[in-house]
Amino acid sequence: MKAKHQRLILALVALGGVAGAGVLAASALRDEAAYFRTPVEVQGGKAGVGEAMRLGGMVAKGSIVRQADGLTIRFVATDGKAAVPVEYKGIVPDLFGEESGMVADGRMRADGVFVADRILAKHDERYMPPQMGEMPKNMKAPAAT
Amino acid sequence: MIAELGLALLWMAAALACLSLVAGTLFLRGGSKDLAALVRPASVAQGVLTTAAFGLLIALFARSDMSVELVARNSNSLKPMIFKIAGTWGNHEGSMLLWLMILSLSGGLIAIFEKRLREDTLIATLAAQAALSLGFFAFLLFSSNPFKRLPVAPPDGQGLNPLLQDIGLAFHPPTLYVGYVGLSVAFSFAVGALITREIGPAFARAMRPWVLGSWIFLTLGITAGSYWAYYELGWGGWWFWDPVENVSLVPWLAGAALLHSVAVTATRNALRAWTVMLAVIGFSMSMVGTFIVRSGLLTSVHSFAVDPERGTFLLVLMAIYIGGALTLFALRAGSVAEGKKFALLSREGSLVINNLLLTTILALVLLGTLYPIVAEAMGEKISVGPPYYNKVAGPLALILCLVMVAGPLLSWRKDDGKRLWSRLPLAIFAGAAVLFALILFGGKVGVLPLLGMTVAGIVAVASLAPLWGRNLRRTPLPTWGMVVAHFGVAVCLAGMGAESAFIKERLVAAAPGDDIRIGDFSVKFVGVKPVAGPNYTAIEGALVATTSSGSRFTMKPEARTFPGLMGTAPTETNEAALLTRPGGQLYAVLGQPVTSDDGRADRYQIRLWWKPLVWWIWLGGALIAIGAALSMLGRAQLLAIWRARRAGKLQERFAP
Repeated sequence: MKAKHQRLILALVALGGVAGAGVLAASALRDEAAYFRTPVEVQGGKAGVGEAMRLGGMVAKGSIVRQADGLTIRFVATDGKAAVPVEYKGIVPDLFGEESGMVADGRMRADGVFVADRILAKHDERYMPPQMGEMPKNMKAPAAT
Repeated sequence: MIAELGLALLWMAAALACLSLVAGTLFLRGGSKDLAALVRPASVAQGVLTTAAFGLLIALFARSDMSVELVARNSNSLKPMIFKIAGTWGNHEGSMLLWLMILSLSGGLIAIFEKRLREDTLIATLAAQAALSLGFFAFLLFSSNPFKRLPVAPPDGQGLNPLLQDIGLAFHPPTLYVGYVGLSVAFSFAVGALITREIGPAFARAMRPWVLGSWIFLTLGITAGSYWAYYELGWGGWWFWDPVENVSLVPWLAGAALLHSVAVTATRNALRAWTVMLAVIGFSMSMVGTFIVRSGLLTSVHSFAVDPERGTFLLVLMAIYIGGALTLFALRAGSVAEGKKFALLSREGSLVINNLLLTTILALVLLGTLYPIVAEAMGEKISVGPPYYNKVAGPLALILCLVMVAGPLLSWRKDDGKRLWSRLPLAIFAGAAVLFALILFGGKVGVLPLLGMTVAGIVAVASLAPLWGRNLRRTPLPTWGMVVAHFGVAVCLAGMGAESAFIKERLVAAAPGDDIRIGDFSVKFVGVKPVAGPNYTAIEGALVATTSSGSRFTMKPEARTFPGLMGTAPTETNEAALLTRPGGQLYAVLGQPVTSDDGRADRYQIRLWWKPLVWWIWLGGALIAIGAALSMLGRAQLLAIWRARRAGKLQERFAP
């Protein structure tokens, strides 16, 4: 095989590879990317039932209720304008608590309850997830000075 | 005085970087030899001064000097000494100074040790390294001064994020930083070689130990970070495809591609432009990673400061360096002479495919990491999670592993397919055996884990093939390194596959005396008791795990509470308990107390995982790093020199 042909084949293989990777990425992104929603968007009907999504908000004061099995908790996620009930079975992360920020991965159930598979709490009281920057100031946990 | 001295040292080091850059540039533009003579000592002095400045910052943290703003914000006099010291780099300013120290030290080390390159290429390389450090000096001095004093010193500091109070933190960030910044040397070598047009085996050989060295540190840093997340976060996972993990993986992928392509350039003088390009990409990815992590674009424990000014500064620096290097590459690429030719089916050919796959995985991981940021700029908030990465990176990584089976068995320049097949039967048999065993006895296993374990079987056997028929004592170290590293990949892959295929999980609310069955274990919850640590209090659970063969082990997971310091809220963390067995790890987390209907809090949430072969993942990571280290030792010629000396001595002794 001549060097010219060989380079052509290599270039074609590389090009095909790149195109294939692009298609793979595009389809995976379309299928697997989850929208980040705030409670007001959920109440506005933006979140379809059963669609994987990420819900961000503050845990409303006095809303955490533990179920009888000792493992499931229910609480209300709020952004100051709307509220969404959340159900989660498992051990909540270390920094999870009332009146502090949280992000939950999961899906909406038909009865309007968000069922979380995983809950992330903000890591540090000096730090606020950027997605929560739009919330009213009085909803924020007291910031350290 | 310490803080002022530190700041003064930083300014002097910055001035030296300026000197190196100016003198080097003038020399390359036809200036006198005297100018070139300045560059080496200036680089060394810059390294020494920056290191001293970092030492002084450590001293400030160790002495808990609360008049320094950084110490007051991030430390506390009650902390154990090791965490006071680790706190030096557990924050934005300190970690940037660490970054700069490694950058300057690398420059100094090149200046001292590099003897193989042509003088003008070396000066160009040092000038490039000085240009890099100059930008980061500006960043540190103008927007992130670590030595800033407070007008009034507070009585005590605010402490460190308790999640970060862990021995893993003491070593994880510096390790990763050495890897990140070590790639800057490859970047500077590439820029230097482009400037003087000296791109060939000599340049590749000079660059190779640096690429290997930084890649070893990246591998160790990622492996340690994965283990840290595994036991400290209490989620039981070892990789979350968190953006911060991704930005450490991306330079690692670039480094892996680079160290393979640099081998081709050094040995066969081929793939020259590609090697230069990868060297530029490697450090660019390090900078992109730092920018993403430090600019506050992401939600993460690593985002120390949400400061748009700093983010913009880093973005501008990055644009200048990456843009500059790519422009230089575009101008000179045409004049990079074509390398030696090779057939598709050859060692070089397989390494080209390796490089294409690695860079494709790199691009897809980067895309998934950046996509939410781009989407957010356009008004959509999107998160890209593990399903995306598993879907795109998983299959490509498996194909990559199959290429890895063939590559080392092929000879340089050209080979024929029959010879390759004749060397493979044992490996294919091993893979088939794993596959059949899994199908027959494994129960329901997902496609990706199934293929993963099968490929791991093939790779494990094939990776040893280069040793067949060789005198093991005479096998060169780099060959050993390759074998160990590739075997490590197989070990790691097997661990990942087994863990995700056969993991068992139990979540219960247990009262003292309850038995929990998981896998082959029966775990008795004995009870809880309060314990006190140096700067926290905790509830410690006691679990007794009994194996099917009757051995008993006690596990003590803790739920810790760190008191709020200087007006901050108290923080709680979970300390998981791990029981390592030959077949895997039992992982226990103690959750909250559960109040029964009658108001008694006698039960506790307990989460247990049985994770088969999970520790193979980190063992594999360590093997990969050891392999790279062997390879580096072989390349650095230290051993050869030592052997030659020993041989010389023997000759003396036996001389008549």
